[in-house]
Amino acid sequence: METINSEIFTLMYGSIVRQLITDLEDIGEVNKQLDTMGYNIGVRLIDEFLAKSRTAACTDFRDSAEKVAKVGFRMFLNTTANVTNWNPENTECSLVLEDNPLTDFVELPEGCSKLKYCNVLCGVIRGALEMVNLQVECDFVKDTLRGDELNEIRLKLVSEGTEAYPFKDDD
Amino acid sequence: MRSDRSSRRRLALAAIWLRKSPFQTSEQPLNSLASSIARRAMFSGRLNLIDRPLSKGKSEVSLSAFSFLFSEMVQYSQTQVSNIGELERRLEDAGYSIGLRLLEMLCFRERNSKREIKLLDALKFVHSTVWKYLFGRQARDLEQSNAADDEYMISDSDLFVNKFISVPKDMGQLNCAAFVAGIVRGVLDSAGFPARVTAHFVPVPGQPRPKTTILMKFDASVLQRDSALPSG
Repeated sequence: METINSEIFTLMYGSIVRQLITDLEDIGEVNKQLDTMGYNIGVRLIDEFLAKSRTAACTDFRDSAEKVAKVGFRMFLNTTANVTNWNPENTECSLVLEDNPLTDFVELPEGCSKLKYCNVLCGVIRGALEMVNLQVECDFVKDTLRGDELNEIRLKLVSEGTEAYPFKDDD
Repeated sequence: MRSDRSSRRRLALAAIWLRKSPFQTSEQPLNSLASSIARRAMFSGRLNLIDRPLSKGKSEVSLSAFSFLFSEMVQYSQTQVSNIGELERRLEDAGYSIGLRLLEMLCFRERNSKREIKLLDALKFVHSTVWKYLFGRQARDLEQSNAADDEYMISDSDLFVNKFISVPKDMGQLNCAAFVAGIVRGVLDSAGFPARVTAHFVPVPGQPRPKTTILMKFDASVLQRDSALPSG
């Protein structure tokens, strides 16, 4: 797997967020735009993930969350996340990230406290899982940039779609 | 509140010290900075961003993560502009803000806070240190243009920035290495050598793909100042 210096990645992401804030000016809009960008990335990223990791199909949502946290994050961001805080029905969990390469040199100024800086990660997870028929909701509940100790993403399974084949049998 | 102000002051002071470094290097201000950081760390739980030690810069991230993010940036910029020149300018501006910060960090890390003050040395810095930081190797060529003596070119082929980008025919000569050109412009500007930097595709005889050339056209003030400096 080809790798590059992570700092150029961090700096480029910072540049993107800066450009978005200058263009859009409303922090809510910036959050939404980051999520959309993440979604577009996730939709294509899942192909590469499946091709490179060659995993078997996941048995249930627990397995999917583990794969996202352990294999997915390691493959793309070179960091691992831990899956914790499962709810009793096994439809919600938390992905806990200790070090996040996107936020290496970042400090949020006073005016941007509502900015979800890493919202692109939520979008990526949502987009990627949607392409394998798992509709999820993804949100940051703890953010190191806002003073918490670690980053925590809350992953909620909304629904599971059925497998739809893109061709008809009688063609 | 008070900690914010003192850390901002410290950052401002650090910026002044770093900016002074081409003409005088002094170890003393940095030592007192280190001791005051140690004192602050005792009182607050988590260190402020500025007080944390600077990482070694050896961590890595996959190329595909970068390429995905870069493609999203290009796609987003396409929605904001109406022609190719503007798109290249937006990519350059994105790189510019990176280059400004990159010079400080690279000088601090690699060169022990000494910065170049002569034009040729600054070009060699871009050609070797900056390129090695960005791409893991030195750039292929550094040459001066035959046409004008204020133009210099750095060439390289197969930049990873362009690896997963295919330019459609109606986009003509768009080169997304304008992002790298912006980084170079930021580094040179921050070092005190204002220039116009652009990226071009130059076909190479015998190679299937063209090489990318970063063309730097320096301001007249830079050349005047450089000729006035004592050489050696």
